[in-house]
Amino acid sequence: MGMTSAQKSGFGATLWDWLTTVDHKKIGILYLAAGAFFFLLGGLEAVIIRIQLISPENDFISAGLYNEMITMHGTTMIFFAATPLLFGLMNYIMPLQIGARDVAFPFLNSLGFWLFLFGGIMLNISWFTGGAPDAGWTNYAPLSIQSPGHGVDYYVMGLQLSGAGTLMSGINFIVTIVLMRAPGMTYMRMPLFTWTTFVTSILVLFAFPALTVGLFLMMFDRMFGSAFFDAALGGNAVIWQHLFWIFGHPEVYILILPAFGVFSEILPTFAKKRLFGYTAMVFATFLIAFLGFMVWAHHMFTVGLGAVANSIFAVATMAIAVPTGIKIFNWLFTLWGGSIKINSAMLWSLAFIPSFTIGGMTGVMLASSVADYQYHDTYFVVGHFHYVIVGGVVFALLAAMHYWWPKMFGRYLHEGMGQLAFWTFFIGFHLTFFIQHFLGLMGMPRRYWVFLENQGLDTGNWISTLGAFFMTFGVIVFVINMIYTTIKGKKAPGDAWGTGRTLEWATASPPIHFNFKQMPLVRGLDPLWIEKMEGNEKMTPAEPVDEIHMPNGSILPLIMTIGFFIASLGFIYQAGNSYWLIAVYLGMAIGLICMLIRSLKDDHGYHIPKEEVEREDD
Amino acid sequence: MSHDHSIDPNNMPKDPAKATMEGKHKFLGLWIFLGGETVLFACLFGTYLALKDSAAGGPTTQELYGLGLVFLMTMLLLTSSLTSVYAIYHMKNNDFKKMQLWMGITALLGIAFLACEIYEFAHYIHDYGFTFRSSAFGSAFYALVGFHGGHVVFGLSWIIVLMIRNAKRGLDLYNAPKYNTFALYWHFIDVVWVFIFTVVYLMGMVS
Repeated sequence: MGMTSAQKSGFGATLWDWLTTVDHKKIGILYLAAGAFFFLLGGLEAVIIRIQLISPENDFISAGLYNEMITMHGTTMIFFAATPLLFGLMNYIMPLQIGARDVAFPFLNSLGFWLFLFGGIMLNISWFTGGAPDAGWTNYAPLSIQSPGHGVDYYVMGLQLSGAGTLMSGINFIVTIVLMRAPGMTYMRMPLFTWTTFVTSILVLFAFPALTVGLFLMMFDRMFGSAFFDAALGGNAVIWQHLFWIFGHPEVYILILPAFGVFSEILPTFAKKRLFGYTAMVFATFLIAFLGFMVWAHHMFTVGLGAVANSIFAVATMAIAVPTGIKIFNWLFTLWGGSIKINSAMLWSLAFIPSFTIGGMTGVMLASSVADYQYHDTYFVVGHFHYVIVGGVVFALLAAMHYWWPKMFGRYLHEGMGQLAFWTFFIGFHLTFFIQHFLGLMGMPRRYWVFLENQGLDTGNWISTLGAFFMTFGVIVFVINMIYTTIKGKKAPGDAWGTGRTLEWATASPPIHFNFKQMPLVRGLDPLWIEKMEGNEKMTPAEPVDEIHMPNGSILPLIMTIGFFIASLGFIYQAGNSYWLIAVYLGMAIGLICMLIRSLKDDHGYHIPKEEVEREDD
Repeated sequence: MSHDHSIDPNNMPKDPAKATMEGKHKFLGLWIFLGGETVLFACLFGTYLALKDSAAGGPTTQELYGLGLVFLMTMLLLTSSLTSVYAIYHMKNNDFKKMQLWMGITALLGIAFLACEIYEFAHYIHDYGFTFRSSAFGSAFYALVGFHGGHVVFGLSWIIVLMIRNAKRGLDLYNAPKYNTFALYWHFIDVVWVFIFTVVYLMGMVS
């Protein structure tokens, strides 16, 4: 995908360029590519789960393998597909939207990506080294402490690596948005996707350290013989649940808020109207983020925290429906009276509204702590969270792909294939998950390997599996579309849709490597739209053409990550064989020496001379 | 746009640590990082509070802790925070030698604190058999206090590397933000210790 580099170069040079890049656009594409790979992997695991459940007492895969499959499906989709795909979009689009030339810490950006990638590789190595983690994606103690083999160890170290990367990216985005906005880009002129990136980053900042601590305690218990979750020595397994969900519930909003941002960009563009209730949208985003930290125990209603705690968390959870409702109505009012253009991006966005609303309503049902005793750990919950995560996040990702693909790669995705993928996936999605609510209400528990015949579950499960095949077909069509487009797609101009409103559409498709020849002057919300309404073809510049300061690329982030990766493998195996401590010391030494080099070696970046800047078209 | 990071003594920026864009980024970035660190320590505190009475037949908090040593450690670390303030004061006056001196004193106080902590842990292990593995209380204690100690070790390595790296070339707008972010980090470690002193040791003695 080296189409962004202008000069012709050999394979080695191109590879080196991608391995050392600190360009937010290239890192964004790396995130998207790696996230797409893990998405396909997680999807394959999902299909295997559904084939196992196509008929009663099926034995397509063994019970043990089934446990590994559900664990890996959940973990892969949340941590290594949804999160990085969104981070890829944020990385690529957000700096363009605020009129910046890169992020605040380009080196950290690269390090964050490599840590995420090697975390994902770490997790999946477990398939080949004696078994994947099998304690569910929530990895509850004491089950996870008792799980034999090294599967859960891979879970712990893989998530620890990628979690560190995610935290760095979160800090990076916050500083970028606070300090690097173009002249005139006040906070209340920022596009909604930038706003949701900002708020999501705040969530990452405060949520991920809880996971870090939880994973450390799990690591200490499994690999170093401590007793945090060991009841015999006074430990308490519920601590894991608290730490996991103090992270885990905000994580849900880390996924859905950027998705909301995506729709808030697409709907105004194709309705040719400014976003309805911009201020309320920003406010609702903050409110959801704030409340998102107050509700973690609704995952733990059946643990026995007591009626008072359950009631407080139930009410707080229901309260989130209010700002979310504000958003739903604002999107509807944005469409109201607009001159609407229907295409693939728009279809995914329109389909999101009812799909997500269904997920939201079952969410309010689940929030009732009393009723939750009936729903808990049934397929009702599975149906609910797939409605919000697939109907919200995955729809947003696919919408965003269609919407920003021409910006990122300079070519339009094929519209016919886009719509075919949409309809098959959309129908398949509802076939798969709608029926699961009823399976759950009829008593089918989640995470069970088989179900019995003649309990009224046969038809429902068969329909659910059928839907999964439809979704698979849709995904395959989308993959073919990506390949086809790369080879033969129609070329796109800078303002690819003609009705672009925000700054990314004021750049070339794909943008030059320093994004903006001159910093744009932002004169209001939807700055490009303002200029177009005044008959200007491009943004008013805020500065004369001058030399541009850019950061240097570096291979250190990759080497540092490899060091920590080796150390992680050492940690996993040193418990059984102390020779593996060599890997721990070696890996940590590599990582720390890279940090030392980074500290000792001055890195001032470089300047692109004025003459060269002038030569670039914008 | 100037490519030069040296400081003109006749036209001193008000705060050399925040005179460049990069300096501003680092300053805000570290503050935000400390926000995340706060959650990290909050989770460790929560875990400790949940498990501090789960001694599993081993020594309890009252039997274990002695306030004398902990008081000394507290004084060492609080003083080191003060000396780092002096160092930053001299940075703002472009007095590199005095800044290095006070940063050096900060590091020495940090090393003294760390020595006390190592002695404390060794004392608990040898005289009480109180280890990371002996009970849930032990695990939680060493995790919380050990994470803080690990942060001290990291901070010490950081400042020592900075001082050696820049010893010969003096202060400029490129390295000033590095000293400044270290000082911020060091204050944070100090604040965490104040909470450890209160929640772990003082509350451990009374309950």
